[in-house]
Amino acid sequence: MLWTSFRFGALRKVVAAMGDGIALVGNPQLDEALELTADVLVIGGGPAGAWAAWSAASRGARVVLVDKGYLGSSGAAASGGMTIWHSEPDADSRERAKENRRKVDGLLSDLGWMDRVLEQTYQNVQRIEQFGYPFPADAEGNVQRRSLQGPEYLRTMRRVVKDAKVTVLDQSPALELLLDYDGTVAGARGVQRQENRFWTVRAGAVVIATGGCAFLSKSLGCNVLTGDGALMAAEAGSSLSGMEFSNHYAPSLPFASVTKGLMLGWATYSREDGTVIAGRGRGPGGNALGAALLEGPVYAVLDKADPEFQKLMRTAQPNFFVPFDRSGIDPFTQRFPLKLRLEGTVRGTGGIRIAGPNCETSVPGLYAAGDAASREVIAGGVSGGGALNAAWSMSSGFWSGAGAADYAASLGARAHTRSVLGVGRAGLRPVPYGATAGGAGEIVARVQEEVFPYDRNMFRTGPKLAGSLDRLHALWPQALAQQPSSLRELVRAREAAAMVAHARWMYASALERTESRGMHVRLDYPHLDPGQQHRLISSGLDHIWVRPETLSLGRRVREIKRELVAA
Amino acid sequence: MIELISPTRCIECNLCVKVCPTNVFDEVRGGVPVIARQEDCQTCYQCEIHCPVDAMYVAPEAEVSVAVDENELIASGLLGSYRKEIGWGKGRERGSKFDTTYLVTRQFRG
Ligand SMILES: Cc1cc2nc3c(=O)[nH]c(=O)nc-3n(C[C@H](O)[C@H](O)[C@H](O)COP(=O)(O)OP(=O)(O)OC[C@H]3O[C@@H](n4cnc5c(N)ncnc54)[C@H](O)[C@@H]3O)c2cc1C
Ligand code: SF4
Ligand code: SF4
Repeated sequence: MLWTSFRFGALRKVVAAMGDGIALVGNPQLDEALELTADVLVIGGGPAGAWAAWSAASRGARVVLVDKGYLGSSGAAASGGMTIWHSEPDADSRERAKENRRKVDGLLSDLGWMDRVLEQTYQNVQRIEQFGYPFPADAEGNVQRRSLQGPEYLRTMRRVVKDAKVTVLDQSPALELLLDYDGTVAGARGVQRQENRFWTVRAGAVVIATGGCAFLSKSLGCNVLTGDGALMAAEAGSSLSGMEFSNHYAPSLPFASVTKGLMLGWATYSREDGTVIAGRGRGPGGNALGAALLEGPVYAVLDKADPEFQKLMRTAQPNFFVPFDRSGIDPFTQRFPLKLRLEGTVRGTGGIRIAGPNCETSVPGLYAAGDAASREVIAGGVSGGGALNAAWSMSSGFWSGAGAADYAASLGARAHTRSVLGVGRAGLRPVPYGATAGGAGEIVARVQEEVFPYDRNMFRTGPKLAGSLDRLHALWPQALAQQPSSLRELVRAREAAAMVAHARWMYASALERTESRGMHVRLDYPHLDPGQQHRLISSGLDHIWVRPETLSLGRRVREIKRELVAA
Repeated sequence: MIELISPTRCIECNLCVKVCPTNVFDEVRGGVPVIARQEDCQTCYQCEIHCPVDAMYVAPEAEVSVAVDENELIASGLLGSYRKEIGWGKGRERGSKFDTTYLVTRQFRG
């Protein structure tokens, strides 16, 4: 806590020195700002945000949800769809679900949280059915609730969130958090980009559900996911966890955006000259594919699927086939080239550090859910094909919404009478030095040069990490000095700053972990080191630091579970 | 990237303007929306599946803009094809009812 108040003190000085100081505030070209109050403000309208809003509203809270894009179409899940880490409630099924994961996750997960997420997911998936999502039934008539098609899932969630009387602001990216003078989160500010104005929401509690950071790689549905939530949380004094597990890459046709890997489980891979690359049946993710791509072009053909099975593949994931059908490639008979797109912390596991069972952060009044939060408690160092993320987003969303509603209720009328201060900096309150010619576009390109290459981020080494980190640190003053001159540029500037911050937390943590564990692969430390079975916490913006955290959080959760069972 | 808004099909409902996650379109009062910021398009196909009259076409090329021809797209059945596959639109059964992922993952080679 000492650290938090120190941080806030420093920020307050900066902010006070510049008055409100936000670029463009008071610009006569803009319409008058929208000002709202709420018990709970949810930032982000993917599955995590939708569940948070629904859960808070179900507890009687007045809720506002803001999304950069549109609740229903925006984010990774709405376009990608998801298979769900899901098990029947009997003890055997639950044990199997956990065991399968523990084998791969690098032993950083927590069995108590895993139990809790499996149970909450089981309940929420039944709710999704009650909400009217049409699940399929098998030949015996048993309903199969193991996957969700993206557009249908998020359309359903939009409807139930609206029915729960949540005020939804679409096309309204959040830019910064508001803190009261105790350093407690008390709302947020952003822009309504289609209304040409700022918005301010004063709230009793805030849930950050802005998804992960995919560095504008054009991975399916991910260009809205630039890590804005983590930047805002860090500015408010929150720390991050597991940022070394932030290098998920997913395969796509080189020209296309669809990064769905499951179907590649039926592929034969080959090199340019047609020779088969042996020992590759692996679909999603792809260190093996990355290694091959470093040697030269890689092709695949889905020739291990017979015609009957091909039909099942199409009805399972229609989106996988769209770019093939539209470019005239028959993936079952014709070789097609592949590349890997970086998805970063989307399908990684790092994010805002969770400090308690309601997904509260270390900053009072601030909660985090979904990909914006660290998922290490259930996923350890790798989220695999991704099924864990579906379970986590609906569970953490549900808990954070409930926790935020209860916290807001405990504040009573005080919630909206507090004096508040916006604490956003980079790109928002320009500093008068270090300005760069290129602006946000240039900064983004420089970050991408450091984080996209497979031989830098997928296969890591100390010297390359250190080199990248130096250049990224040097980029931070430029992020601080950005001078946006329109609302669009303002949003871009914040996104660029968030990406610089992410890349630095990511590589600082990766440099610290001198072993290979989960998705974090160090060529100079190829083995798992039992001495490093801890999490890595990172924090800070001007100065970044990383420290280990022992695995103890789970105990609290186990106790709570026992209470629930007893009740 | 988004390449086509058919002026003959569009009913000016502006749904595409509302749903585009990256805010690519601008509303035009009394007219068909315009593709105002094509470079921001993330090729997510959301506008296309939300368009109630299949007036939009998202080409699979995510990095470069390509020329498309509406009549050819109609002839090849590609205009509105993805919306049809997910079972959106009047008189269609929603595709998630026929989601066979549970059968596919059962055989996944991992
Ligand atoms: C291609 C692909 C396939 C996947 N497949 C699977 C799978 O099979 N199983 C699985 O479990 N997981 C899968 N995942 C991961 C899964 O999609 C994510 O874990 C899930 O979407 C996380 O939900 P979320 O709500 O946290 O984030 P998202 O769904 O990404 O939503 C985040 C939302 O926040 C909004 N936002 C961002 N910044 C701001 C801001 N500044 N202000 C306001 N709003 C903002 C965005 O517009 C977006 O709507 C897949 C991901 C991808 C990319
Ligand atoms: S959604 Fe379709 S019909 Fe509606 S405005 Fe857009 S293009 Fe026109
Ligand atoms: S494909 Fe997606 S990002 Fe592109 S215009 Fe359509 S909705 Fe917008």
